[in-house]
Amino acid sequence: MTLLDYPFMVRALLAALFTGLAAPAVGTYLVQRRLALMGDGIGHIAVTGVGLGLLTGHSPVWTAVIVAILGAVLIELVRERGNTSGDVALALIFYGGIAGGVLVTGLAGGSAQTLQNYLFGSITTVSVSDVWTVVGLAAIVIFVAIGFAPQLFAVCQDEEFARVMGLRVRVYTMLTSVMAAVTVTVAMRTVGLLLVSALMVVPVATSQQFARGFKVTIFVAMLLGASSSVGGVVTSFYVNAAPGATIVLLALAGFVAAWPVGILLRRRRRLAEPFPTSAASMSHDVVPEQHGHEHGADCGHQAVEHGDHIDYVHDGHRHAMHGDHYDEH
Amino acid sequence: MLMNSATRSPVITVQAGNVALGGRPILRGIDLAVGRGEVVAVLGANGSGKSTLVRALMGLSPWTSGDVRLFDTPLSRFRDWRRVGYVPQRVTASSGVPATVAEVVASGRLSRRRALRPMSSTDKAAVRAAIAAVELSDRAHDAVGQLSGGQQQRVLIARALAAEPELFVLDEPNAGVDHHNQVGLADTLRPMVATGTTVLLVLHDLGPLAPLIDRAVAVRDGRIVYDGPPPDDDSLEEFHDHHHPTRESDHIPMRSGWDL
Repeated sequence: MTLLDYPFMVRALLAALFTGLAAPAVGTYLVQRRLALMGDGIGHIAVTGVGLGLLTGHSPVWTAVIVAILGAVLIELVRERGNTSGDVALALIFYGGIAGGVLVTGLAGGSAQTLQNYLFGSITTVSVSDVWTVVGLAAIVIFVAIGFAPQLFAVCQDEEFARVMGLRVRVYTMLTSVMAAVTVTVAMRTVGLLLVSALMVVPVATSQQFARGFKVTIFVAMLLGASSSVGGVVTSFYVNAAPGATIVLLALAGFVAAWPVGILLRRRRRLAEPFPTSAASMSHDVVPEQHGHEHGADCGHQAVEHGDHIDYVHDGHRHAMHGDHYDEH
Repeated sequence: MLMNSATRSPVITVQAGNVALGGRPILRGIDLAVGRGEVVAVLGANGSGKSTLVRALMGLSPWTSGDVRLFDTPLSRFRDWRRVGYVPQRVTASSGVPATVAEVVASGRLSRRRALRPMSSTDKAAVRAAIAAVELSDRAHDAVGQLSGGQQQRVLIARALAAEPELFVLDEPNAGVDHHNQVGLADTLRPMVATGTTVLLVLHDLGPLAPLIDRAVAVRDGRIVYDGPPPDDDSLEEFHDHHHPTRESDHIPMRSGWDL
């Protein structure tokens, strides 16, 4: 029997795919605002939501959505007030949320095991109605994140400038927070509340290693998120590992693979940066003797523009051929 | 050419304006009128309130009293922000995620775009023209984070230009920018001024922009203490509260990563 013959696996894969697409889409905006850990904060608050669901007998997914949205709005308000720095505000809410969740779950008579399903995910126990909730909410998040990308980009890039353009900055920052809250709850079943922030942030960090622009960053991050989610579920099916942890470790493996590439790319771009061409920088020493090596388009040495000619850089110095000698810059 | 601002159609008017931040009065009894096509420099020492004045005019700091109008509309009811291009005081144009020059400049076009619609060819042309105006066309698809400080400042100027504003407001555009880029800013502004764009800039010293400036307004201790023809650079020190021993070292703007 193959993997797709199990209906629970089909549901798991569908949930993983949509979560994997939505989480990095929102995560990109959070990283842009330098609030990478916001997803984690909301995840902690959502624990209280789960506890309330267990206590009142409602579906924990919906109580978690509501509490997470309230928490996200609260974080935004604390941040906007500005008298508590962003990370301290997040820390306060982290611990309040998780302590509240453990307390309320205890009151509801739930065990550590019940809570564990939400903390670390239980994607293979996703029911049919859960799948539709996850797919529906994730689709809305993806639509908003892509559809309002120009506005969200502007607001996350420079709030004050966005305000002077007449954008309703508050609406968009709240929208980002609410999207983050919804994504956290959606991803609760896939990777769990404690790991959801990883799926929001790690693909973005990986994508940043080689992307130069925002559009490329967000799309590559979504692609990476989806492939590590789906890949993680498939892997965990065959090796019988915890799906949530496998997904996150796959995403991290992607980052580890991309990191050296990123360092190399940035190094190469810096080396290829043209040298400034002010009058002073064009001064040079004439090196009369022959060089013993003819520089050319494919000699392997770094060629860098310098005004009207090309300098070649090697062994810590740069020079250009000039007639029968070299000009040392 | 100095023309009485009362004879021109008003772009900025402030009467008896007061600004307080957190209950602490910053600007007091501000009277200011800027007419269409004027180029006005706001001068003053650090902490004099000159940046607060511009930020308050942009609606970023609240006026506690006074009659403040943009294009003859009370600031609180002003919605026509596409007519305004704002260059905030920043050290960098980059954020937590890489963005290309073209992407950052395109964001300046949003005041003219509707949500959920793609950029029109007019929008794209305006973005290209704005990038060309600051001479960054060859860097359009590079990450802004990789540009020099002066080039990043030019990106912010292009972003404001993309909306094709009638009023162009720049907060210390020359802070921490080398002479070469200051000359570049003057070159960018000259054709705009020639076509009647109104310009309000906060400056520490006039530098290469001096020939463009019609009028100077000096702010000291939150009050306007001078409003008239621009001073020559030698007498500029009189506008500052104190003499700076090292003039270059003290106006490097602070960076607040969280923009709290």
